[in-house]
Parts: sequence; C-alpha cells; structure tokens
Amino acid sequence: MTNVLLIIFIISLLYVSIANRIITYVRVLALQGFILFGVTYLQLQSVQTWNLVLILLETIVFKAIAVPVFLSYLIKRNKITRETEPYLPHFISLIIITLIVVITVLLANSIKDTHLDKIFFIVSLSTLFTGLYFIASRKKIITHVMGYLMIENGVFVLSLAVGNEMPNLVNLGIMLDVFASVLILGIFLNKIGDVFKAVDVDQLSNLKDY
Amino acid sequence: MTGIYLISAFIIAGLLFVNRKTLFNNILVIIFGLVQIVFTIYACLNYKNVVLQYFTIDSLGLLLLMTLSIIAIPALFHSYIYIRRHDETPQSRAIYFSAMVFLIASISAAYLANHIAVIWIFTEMTTLSASMLIYHHRNKLALEGTWKYVFICAISITFVFIGILFLSLSLQASGSNDLSFANLMANKDKLNPFWLRLAFLFIFTGFTAKLGLVPMYTAGIDAKDKAPAPAGALLASVLMNLGFVGIFRTYTIIAQTPLFHWANLIIFIAAFLSIFVATVYMTKVLNIKRMFAYSGIEHMGIVMLGIAAGGIGYYAAILHIILHAFVKSSLFFQFNQLYRTFQSKSMPYVGNYFKYNPAGAIVLLLGFISATAMPPSGLFVSEFLIFRSLFEANYIILLIVVLVLLTIVIWAFGKNILKILFIPVQGLDETKIPKINPWESLTQYLLLFTAVWFGLNPPSIFVQLIQDAVKILPH
Repeated sequence: MTNVLLIIFIISLLYVSIANRIITYVRVLALQGFILFGVTYLQLQSVQTWNLVLILLETIVFKAIAVPVFLSYLIKRNKITRETEPYLPHFISLIIITLIVVITVLLANSIKDTHLDKIFFIVSLSTLFTGLYFIASRKKIITHVMGYLMIENGVFVLSLAVGNEMPNLVNLGIMLDVFASVLILGIFLNKIGDVFKAVDVDQLSNLKDY
Repeated sequence: MTGIYLISAFIIAGLLFVNRKTLFNNILVIIFGLVQIVFTIYACLNYKNVVLQYFTIDSLGLLLLMTLSIIAIPALFHSYIYIRRHDETPQSRAIYFSAMVFLIASISAAYLANHIAVIWIFTEMTTLSASMLIYHHRNKLALEGTWKYVFICAISITFVFIGILFLSLSLQASGSNDLSFANLMANKDKLNPFWLRLAFLFIFTGFTAKLGLVPMYTAGIDAKDKAPAPAGALLASVLMNLGFVGIFRTYTIIAQTPLFHWANLIIFIAAFLSIFVATVYMTKVLNIKRMFAYSGIEHMGIVMLGIAAGGIGYYAAILHIILHAFVKSSLFFQFNQLYRTFQSKSMPYVGNYFKYNPAGAIVLLLGFISATAMPPSGLFVSEFLIFRSLFEANYIILLIVVLVLLTIVIWAFGKNILKILFIPVQGLDETKIPKINPWESLTQYLLLFTAVWFGLNPPSIFVQLIQDAVKILPH
C-alpha cells in the first residue's frame, strides 16, 4: 500500500510537468499532502502516539489543506494570471522529469544497503530535482514557491524512511516546513504581491553591481 | 548558563520588539552587550565542558564566539548611531534591534552546538533574523534582496536537512542513532560511504549559502548590499563564520574516513570557482558595499583552499577566517560614514574622501591593505601560510592560477579604493557634506589593529586554541 501511494506521488510529478494552469499545481500539492498523510500513517509504526498524531496533523492540516487554500487565496488576491508560463514547452518538461526519475532509479539500484526501502529514496530524490527544475524553468514567483513546497514534500518522504529509528528528524522536517512556509508564503509573498504588481521574476532584477 | 544566556537574549529581543521608548531601548541593548560579554567569559572559564547536553565549548567554538563578541559590541554601537541619524520610527527601530539581538544570540549558540541538527536549527533562526534586518528599509529593492535571500537560504537549509537525513542513513549500520559529532566520530569506521558521500555533498552545498562560496553565494551578496551597514558587517563576518563551522565540523568527520581525498577535491573545486567568480565581479563592480561582499567571497575561497590543502593550511584557514571577520566588519562599519558623506554607494559619485573625513579615509586605506593581505596586515601571514600549504601539497598550477586571480583582485580593489580616497568627483555640492566625528572611527581602528596583532604576534593561548581546533584532522 505504501508503494502504491508513493508511485501515485511520482505520477503526480509527471502530471504537474504538463499542467497548463496554476490551480492544477495547487491541487497537486493538496493531493501530495493527502498521500503523505497516508504514507505517514502506514509507515511510522513504532513512534509514540502523541508524536504520530502531531505528524499526521501536520500533513493533513498544513500540507493538504492550509497551504493550498492559502495559495489559491494569494492567486486570487494578487490577480495572478492562470497560465504557468514555462520557459520550455510542456513536452520537454515531461521528458526531463521522466529522465530525472529514470536516473534516480538507476542510482538507487547501485545502493547496497539493506536498511533503506529504496522507493523512498527514489521518490524523494526525484521530487527534489523536479522541484529544482520547476524553480529554474517557470517564470512566476508563485510557481517558484510551489517548486519549493514540492521539494519539502520530497524531503518529508525521505525523513519518513528513517522516521521509525529517529522520529526527531521527522519533527525537524516539520519545523522546516512550518518555518519556511510561514516565512516565504506568509510574509513575503504577501508583500511581494503588494509591491510588485505583476508577480514575475523578471521584475526581481534591479539589484545590480553597478 | 548557556540556557540562561539564550533565554535572556530571547527575552531581551522580545522586550526590544514590543518597546517603543528610546531610553528603555538603549538600556536593553546595553544589557544585551553585557550579557554577551559575560557569556563569553563564562565560555572561557568552562572550556571543554558540555553544557545543556547539546553544546560543547570546544576550541573552534570558543575562538569564533570571542570573535563574535568583539565584533558585536561595535555593531550595536554603530547601529545606535545609524538609527539615530536616520530618524527611524520607534517601530522600525524596535524590529531592527530585536532582530540583531536575535541574530547574535543564534550565531553564538550555533558556534557551540555539538549536534548537527542543533546547528541546523540555529542556522534557520539566523535566516529569520537576518531577513528582518535586510528588509529594514522596506522599499522595493530591500524587498527584492530579502526575497532572494530568504528563498535561497530556504533551499540551502532544506539541502542541509537532506544531508542530515543521509547522515542518519549512513550511521544506521552502526546501530546507534545519535547524530552528535562525538558519536559520529566514535563510529567513524562504521559509516556507510555511499550515504556519507551524499550527506557531505548536501551539507556542504547547503552551508555555502552562509559561508559564501559557489554555488549558493549569490543571496549573501544582495543581503549585505541591502542590509544597513552595521547589520551588513555582521552578515559579512560572523554569519559567514557560521557557515564555516557547519562545514568544518562535518569535514572533521569525513576526514577520518576513506572519503577524505574526495571531499578535498569537492572543496578545491568550490573554493577555486569562488575565487574566480569573485575576481570577475570585482573588476566590474561599482557598488562599494557589493565590492566588499565579493571580497568576502574571495577570502572564503582562500580559507577553503587552506582546509583542502591540509598541513599548515588548517591552522592558517582558521586564523584567516578570524582575522577576515575583524577586517571586513571594520570596512562595513566605515562604509556608513562614507555613505553619510556622499549619500551614494556608487563609485562614480564617491571620491576624494581624504578631504572630507581623514580619520575614516585612513580606516578605508588600512582596511584595503588588510583585505588584500599586504604585509603589515595579519591576513598576509595567514594567506602566506595557506599558499605554503598549497605548495607543500604539490598544487603548483592551482597556486599559480590563484595568485594571478588574487593579483587581479588587488588591482580592482585598489583602483576603486584609491578612487574613493583621492580622485575628486565632478559637480559635488561640498556645502551639503556633513562633518563627521573622528571618534566614530575608533572601533574600526581597534578592530584593524586586533587583526594586525593577532596575525603578526599572536598570543600563545590563541595559537594553542587554533592548534587544538585542528589537531583532530589528519596531517
């Protein structure tokens, strides 16, 4: 069951790569939140109950509901246009992300370690690189933020892989989530929406050496 | 005591944040300065002790903590001048001082942490407080700088976290799950090399955002440019040292394993590229603050070259990073007066500084001599030792290329500084230039003098501390 969920997670990455509208990104982020909820529930067996409840709450409330709702609110409030405006065509994005997944699978096959379920490694690393690719290839600041949130989801998957031995690391990951999301989303995306009217990275190029 | 220090620092930060009275604000800042000094003295007395389980007062931590305290006092003093000159509202003053106290306390704690996750947490806190300082002026450019800093630091901090996860995977074979550096060192033979390799790559990449190396150096440049100069002084000196602590402590672990040479190769590549990038930008840059920031990138490159070369290079690297902190912070403190004189930080509108403020101009001149590592400065000693270590380790070609690049840096830096000092600006309205009290340059002189003193004739206890910090590394 864990494997099924994680494979759906990878498919969601491929789906995002060809998505045309920003709201699809938000929905996929919400879906990933629900998947992480399921994976956490199935995976973390030997964690203390209250800690498990905290982690589950974080995935369902924070990742699956609060952040997507807030993102769609930001999109409405700042009147961000609906297109994702990639620098590259969707087809090439699809190929690149497929390549990322294939390469991480090949890399994972070279590991000779019995302690780790390899699928966690594959999912997290391919999510990491996919997120970085989104940050590099999309024009809007809000898609950059979504790429970052995707990276965080990937990191969360990896922390689940070691979660039974070191539950504190999962808690640290949650701290990272809350900290970065509040800082990035709450304060600055709000501010940036007020100050820079069309929220494109092109406008963030005034800091120069001369 | 560490607990008392952290709690009192955070309480002071909170009080500063809510307080709007000038007198009360100044009293709180002075109290924090005293708390910082007392804590440093306490750390000296409790050398080698473990406090609160997660903090060890070891040689490196103690050295950098003392550096931080020496720089923090003038930083608070210059912040006071800065805020008073700018007629800030009580609210922005409150946020500024609160963020600065928070930043200094987080950096102090991160220096002493003996657990990779604790360093990580305090590094996160420095990002938070530094972003408040960068956003101080609340205009469009400050927002852009803050946004870039926050975003890149968030990604870097995620990278460090991934590195920590890989480190925990690497440790699993040994059966223990304590990620403190002491435990990692005890289990150094049982670490899984594959995961350790990934862990080092990610932790190194993540901390380069703070240290200011390729690939993540960009955020720091904008941050030092947009933050008020006294805050920029902290970002350009002690916060960079924090990145060094993170990398160095991980490096001491990996240096005990067969991956030692591979890790050195990674550091060589990043360090060389940093020097190269800094050189290219230095020749073009017209913004004085950014020029200082790029000079910092170049120095961090030299420091990491020393670490990777080994031998006497370890000693020289730590000496260099401490002396660099003194010199670079004094340049940033001086920048504020320069800006008050000319109301510009762009090279074409600044010049003939000797005429308007001789005391400050001499600081710039001495700072330039120190930052380019010319003889009377202490950095000359450390840089010379680093080159010697490169020579002894048979990296002759690398050494020659680096020397050529550094010559270009000296040329570019010198061209700009001499222009600031001697060449008059066309059409400057001299009646508007304010008179600046020469006593405001006193702290810069003291910092520069400390850098010379510690470089040329270091106290024996200082030398012992550095040697103790690097003795664990293979020679």
